[in-house]
Amino acid sequence: MINAKVSRGGALFLGGLPFLFVAIAYLFASAQRLAVNPSDKLLPSPVQMWSAFLDLATVPDKRSGDLILWVDTYASLLRLFAGVGVATVAALSLGIAIGFIPRVRAFLLPFVTVVCVIPPLALLPILFIALGLGETAKITLIAVGVAPVMVRDIANRVMELPPELVAKAQTLGGNSWTMVLRLVLPQIMPRLLTCVRLALGPAWLFLIAAEAIASTEGLGYRIFLVRRYLSMDVILPYVAWITLLAVITDWLLVRLSRAISPWAHPVEAR
Amino acid sequence: MSRIVVHGLEKSYGDARVLERVNVTAEAGEFLSLVGASGCGKSTFLRILLGQEQQSSGVVIVGDGPIVPEPTPQRGIVFQRYSVFPHLTAMQNLLLVEDFRSGGPFGRVFGARRRNARQQAEAMLARVGLAHARDLYPASLSGGMQQRLAIAQTLLGRPQILLLDEPFGALDPGIRVEMHELLTELWTEHGMTVVLVTHDIGEAFKLGTRVLVFDKVRHDPQFPSAYGATITYDLKLDRKTRASSQHLAKVAAMVGTTRPDTAMATTAS
Repeated sequence: MINAKVSRGGALFLGGLPFLFVAIAYLFASAQRLAVNPSDKLLPSPVQMWSAFLDLATVPDKRSGDLILWVDTYASLLRLFAGVGVATVAALSLGIAIGFIPRVRAFLLPFVTVVCVIPPLALLPILFIALGLGETAKITLIAVGVAPVMVRDIANRVMELPPELVAKAQTLGGNSWTMVLRLVLPQIMPRLLTCVRLALGPAWLFLIAAEAIASTEGLGYRIFLVRRYLSMDVILPYVAWITLLAVITDWLLVRLSRAISPWAHPVEAR
Repeated sequence: MSRIVVHGLEKSYGDARVLERVNVTAEAGEFLSLVGASGCGKSTFLRILLGQEQQSSGVVIVGDGPIVPEPTPQRGIVFQRYSVFPHLTAMQNLLLVEDFRSGGPFGRVFGARRRNARQQAEAMLARVGLAHARDLYPASLSGGMQQRLAIAQTLLGRPQILLLDEPFGALDPGIRVEMHELLTELWTEHGMTVVLVTHDIGEAFKLGTRVLVFDKVRHDPQFPSAYGATITYDLKLDRKTRASSQHLAKVAAMVGTTRPDTAMATTAS
């Protein structure tokens, strides 16, 4: 069993099976419900979903004249990347400082460790009260939500650098700062990008939570808005759209990691 | 190029004493081989010379003054593992030396100095037989090639003292003989003081001008870590003693690990 090799085509087929299974199950259930009641809203047919999605993507909204899907996508991605971007910068600077400089570690590590266990969503009301209902609060929620874990992860990874490499760099004349530039930063880069990939999951969660509560546009806002009308024909394509955006982001980050740190992906580099 | 004086050195971790009463004086240009059973503190001694660890008491003088208690360019090091930087190609590993030495706040030299550094690095790559591997990452180099690169990198730093921590421990016997020849040649060319830690007694006799054996002389059966190891045997090698199976067998018996006949074979190789 464990020695059976899977060919490329076989892997594609096996990997596709679960998707196919879910799709067939949905089509079957949807067809059954629609056969009983053609105006059923809970499990819309693919045609209904596609036309609703196309409407949002191409027909300007009657009230505002906006193409709703693109306005939502732009607003959400802006918040997501701003939040994750802030968190990444924090993870890089704080993580390296904590991991590399014993004094900074003694100073900040206990604090970061405690901040890590605060549930970010519990901070949401505080952020809305302190920062208002605007963009700042949402971006801050995402940043505050993902940064502590990233900082800890990067700090740990820096502490795991083999002491031999640090000693060797010093015998070659490296000082603390040049070692950060030439040793720590390049060594940490692949891990940082993995960190961002892992952080994007929670980041989407915080984004949608923040948008659901206080927003006037955004993917999460739209889903929670149309929920009142049981518009599954909008919600389902939106969820698929969010999934697609997340998958593309993840794929781009993998490619970026290979481009920046070819040494960390030896199989692909050969 | 620099002498080492160690007087009354002692090293303890909490209650456990690793080294005690270590006294040794090495003249500039000597090649010291440190041997001893596993866990006898010879690597700890090397790390103290490197500056990675500090002695609990005693005096260590390197060159003209007391040792700087952190790794500096005065002392170069080659480890058994993690000996080169995995995120840089062979060429970049060698360029890094000049980048660190005179690269300023960017840790990188530019222009004419970079071209100069590149020439030196090319020459050094060719010297250690890695010219064909200049653009490969260490992960795709063999163990022997990685150690050759590590030695080249360390030598480009022009250290007064070269510290080697079982540098050939993970290599095949054939490759090891090649490395011995390379190391001996480079030592003859550069003339620095070398301290080699090894558990291969044949290697110690073959390369060194002096063999130091680390061992415990005092034992407390109730508390084995009460006493540390010290230098129990200090043998200067010349052409006669180097080939003498009698000395080799004696050291082998002290260390108690290697069989004298295999050690003889290594020395003869």
